[in-house]
Amino acid sequence: MGIRFILMVNKQGQTRLAQYYEYLTIEERRALEGEIVRKCLARTEQQCSFVEHRNYKIVYRRYASLFFLVGVDNDENELAILEFIHLLVETMDRHFGNVCELDIMFHLEKAHFMLEEMVMNGCIVETSKSNILAPIQLMDKAS
Amino acid sequence: MEQLKTIGRELAMGSQGGFGQSKEFLELVKSIGEARSKAEEDRIVLREIETLKRRLSDPDIPKRKMKEYLIRLVYVEMLGHDASFAYIHAVKMTHDDSLLLKRTGYLAVTLFLSDDHDLIILIVNTIQKDLRSDNFLVVSAALSAVCKLINDETIPAVLPQVVELLSHPKEVVRKKAIMALHRFHQKSPSSVAHLVSNFRKRLCDNDPGVMGATLCPLFDLIAADPNSFKDLVVSFVSILKQVAERRLPKAYDYHSMPAPFIQIKLLKILALLGSGDKQASEKMYTVVGDIFRKCDSTSNIGNAVLYECLCCVSSIYLNPKLLEGATEVISRFLKSDSHNLKYMGIDGLGRLIKLSPEIAEQHQLAVIDCLEDPDDSLKRKTFELLYKMTKSSNVEVIVDRMIDYMISINDNHYKTYIASRCVELAEQFAPSNNWFIQTMNKVFEHAGDLVNVKVAHNLMRLIAEGFGEDDETADTQLRSSAVQSYLRILGEPKLPSVFLQVICWVLGEYGTADGKYSASYITGKLCDVAEAYSNDETVRAYAITAIMKIYAFEIAAGRKVDMLPECQSLVEELSASHSTDLQQRAYELQVVIDLDAHAVAVIMPPDASCEDIEIDKDLSFLNNYVEQSIEKGAQPYIPESERSGALNVITLRSQDQHEASSHGLRFEAYELPKPPVPSRVAPLTSSTELVPVPEPSYPRETYQAATISSVLDAGPSELKLRLDGVQKKWGRPTYSSSPSSTSTSSSQKTNGVAQDVASTVASSKSRETYDSRKPQVEISKEKQKLAASLFGGSSKTERKTSTANQKVARSSSSHVAEKPQVQKVATVVTDIAADRTNHQAPPDLLDLSEAAAVSAPPSIDPFKQLESLLDPAPVTSVVNNGSDGASKTPDLMGLYGDSALSGQSSSLGFNVNVTSESSNATGTDLGRGTAYPAQFSKGPSTKDSLEKDAIVRQMGVNPSSQNPNLFRDLLG
Repeated sequence: MGIRFILMVNKQGQTRLAQYYEYLTIEERRALEGEIVRKCLARTEQQCSFVEHRNYKIVYRRYASLFFLVGVDNDENELAILEFIHLLVETMDRHFGNVCELDIMFHLEKAHFMLEEMVMNGCIVETSKSNILAPIQLMDKAS
Repeated sequence: MEQLKTIGRELAMGSQGGFGQSKEFLELVKSIGEARSKAEEDRIVLREIETLKRRLSDPDIPKRKMKEYLIRLVYVEMLGHDASFAYIHAVKMTHDDSLLLKRTGYLAVTLFLSDDHDLIILIVNTIQKDLRSDNFLVVSAALSAVCKLINDETIPAVLPQVVELLSHPKEVVRKKAIMALHRFHQKSPSSVAHLVSNFRKRLCDNDPGVMGATLCPLFDLIAADPNSFKDLVVSFVSILKQVAERRLPKAYDYHSMPAPFIQIKLLKILALLGSGDKQASEKMYTVVGDIFRKCDSTSNIGNAVLYECLCCVSSIYLNPKLLEGATEVISRFLKSDSHNLKYMGIDGLGRLIKLSPEIAEQHQLAVIDCLEDPDDSLKRKTFELLYKMTKSSNVEVIVDRMIDYMISINDNHYKTYIASRCVELAEQFAPSNNWFIQTMNKVFEHAGDLVNVKVAHNLMRLIAEGFGEDDETADTQLRSSAVQSYLRILGEPKLPSVFLQVICWVLGEYGTADGKYSASYITGKLCDVAEAYSNDETVRAYAITAIMKIYAFEIAAGRKVDMLPECQSLVEELSASHSTDLQQRAYELQVVIDLDAHAVAVIMPPDASCEDIEIDKDLSFLNNYVEQSIEKGAQPYIPESERSGALNVITLRSQDQHEASSHGLRFEAYELPKPPVPSRVAPLTSSTELVPVPEPSYPRETYQAATISSVLDAGPSELKLRLDGVQKKWGRPTYSSSPSSTSTSSSQKTNGVAQDVASTVASSKSRETYDSRKPQVEISKEKQKLAASLFGGSSKTERKTSTANQKVARSSSSHVAEKPQVQKVATVVTDIAADRTNHQAPPDLLDLSEAAAVSAPPSIDPFKQLESLLDPAPVTSVVNNGSDGASKTPDLMGLYGDSALSGQSSSLGFNVNVTSESSNATGTDLGRGTAYPAQFSKGPSTKDSLEKDAIVRQMGVNPSSQNPNLFRDLLG
């Protein structure tokens, strides 16, 4: 399975984007987000970007006010996931230009579309930025 | 001011090129952004739900408006509230003709619904239609939805179409079709079992994206059955080689690393295929070695690939040269200041340690640094490593550390985990009985409620059976030291129930065995336990039975028994207890006390918990009685299975409800609630108590039952007749099955322990104990001491005793006397470590947090240097490959080149633009806006960012910030 969920959370702990690759009920999501956000936000810059939580790991990275948290299985390559987060941010940056929290809030569906291109069934399937953004640009043009 | 705000908002809309975002939507986002607490956010969302309900009841909503409502609903669910009232609108939107609306509809549906939701059936039809669409974007949107919404029941509805799409002219469609099949494989492997050849075919797809995606299903297939895919080793190796040699389009580069995510996936696959297979592994050595040599070790992504190489090396058939490469990577990781790399290094060490144990010794100090690091993640990873390298020579230090850590944490999940690890290690490597008991005491004391009950039974058995098989005095010593420690521990308040059960049992069996303590002292203590934990029936049952045993031993030994007054009142209280089990025990106690010495010696022989006893499973001693009864006209017994339907049998077997069988009721209905009926608990507790070491004392019980029928009020006679009761209580299937199974499994274990320990005791005694008792003079270099005790393996002890006697001395005394000092030094060390990390700027080029943003220029420079350094490498490699790559394998580069060209010339012109990417060398330059082709970027001009900042402030998303650059962009 690899990736189980991708969360974007601001530094107040408010969810800005959530994508799960296995179905959880709203209550389960709420509880899980509360737990891991509390855990990750409490960590200092020096500490490593990986947190073990129950039977999976969370790889997280902070950009300005926004935390990106990716829940992965235990045998996943943590450094690679860390770089995947950066790739995601670079991709959003290319699309929005100087992407910020507000871009994601106003264009939630686009952020989701990008993720849909990059990750399917919990696996990273596309890493070329132009391939990721092409369908979204075409859609923008059409509408 | 108000005006300014609106302008800001319009600007926000304008600059995003947003379509039709209404004021309402902006207000919603603004208020959510401004929410200061979860409660406030909840209020906003609840109000929004009301608004949306009202709006959605409107019969004709413009489609654009509807799209916005859907996004608002996504917000509602994302923030933890139910939006099920509007799911149907999301479903409806998937029918829409407009691509954007359709895709938004699909998105909302995939976010809202699980794949077994009732509404899915309404979407399957739409998906089928969309899969046939001429517009490849519609097809691709539908395929994305397929991956989330189709479950094993609906697979057949779309499978033929998905298979057809595998040869679609558009690569994005082929890619998603492959992933849809992957999803089907995850959901129901049999549904796509006949399509495996398609995965193999797509591996040779012209498009690298499709090839990369195909690796995902292949990885799953190979993990399940590596042997069927051994023929693909050559293909994977050649693909990896070409990827590593930069023959994929530049668009796949990430931070000047050629397609690192594909490389990592390939290495994962090779690790699976090469595991335990020398022939397959040999084909991989060259390419893995090449990557080790060439990989950029200064970037995060380079290290990610190196780490994956390391994992691969540790999994495939051993190659000394590659192992050397892996060792180098590990030492670089461990020496790094980045905690991330240290973490990966420790993990890698854990992987390599089984191949070459001496690697750990090279990095002793680094490992200890990590162990003492305040970072929990790092610490846990290190414990994981220590667990893997535990042996009899270092088990004491490691388990001590683990227990200290276990005591210090609150996370029950991890506490349970580490407690079980401690128990496992202690059982496996215990150097002495005494240590084992002390360790178990600590584990029980601090995590008693979290450990498995089996562990308690193991401990009791161990104390009963002893370690040294032929050394009776050692066993006696063990028992009296256990009794002593338990009497001491009983003074502590609030002990876990499981631990108390062990204590009671041991005190009952051996409390008076060595004559140190009088019967009245022990029984007094036991009464205190029963008093103090009066709401724990199990503990009380253990305590009362222990008291009975003590008195029985006294009577058997011919001493007069004076029951303590508190004991008397306890027995009286229990005889009137609500729990029939406790009542029975109390009555048994009263009867036993009145028997004469001989009878008591027969029913309760001292120290007989380990005697073997034969169990008469057929209850043949009742035959006479049965025959007599039948002669008198009683009904013969008909076995349960012949009497009732299969259903009943099953429920009976699974449940040991005694009364159930006597009434001819249906049992299924009663199963669910499982109320804690005392009558159900009672037999269980009695089983665990009277049969704590199930095998041995069980027969004693039967014997008891046979001889004193008065105690078990006419039990035997009834037992034969009401056979289900017998089954439950004495017979095979239910009652005895669980204890006996645990006993067999655990007795094997203890045997193992006994052997292990016997050998280790012998060896460690001869080796260490004498030196270690020396008083220690110098207290310097605590860390080295710890290192020595951890890493100074048995293999090295000889050398050590000759060269550095002190080391050994320290190693074993560290946990005896030096505790406080060790901790002190540990804190000092960590302080220093913290200082160090504070002073040094993190060399992490890619971490673009605020701090890094300030020092951006220096962090860019090395990157460029790197590029120039790396430049020659690919050139030579391409030359190299030209000869062998072309001759051996189909030249993928050529194919990819073709596709790239065709992409460029295609009318849509969005395809991989190799030239623009490569000329734009700064494109890798930490993702700054300028670097990108102009059409995408708004440019990082200060004006832009100031405007954005202004909006941000108005929106109140982050009003606390003073720094206008903070929100310039996420990338610093």
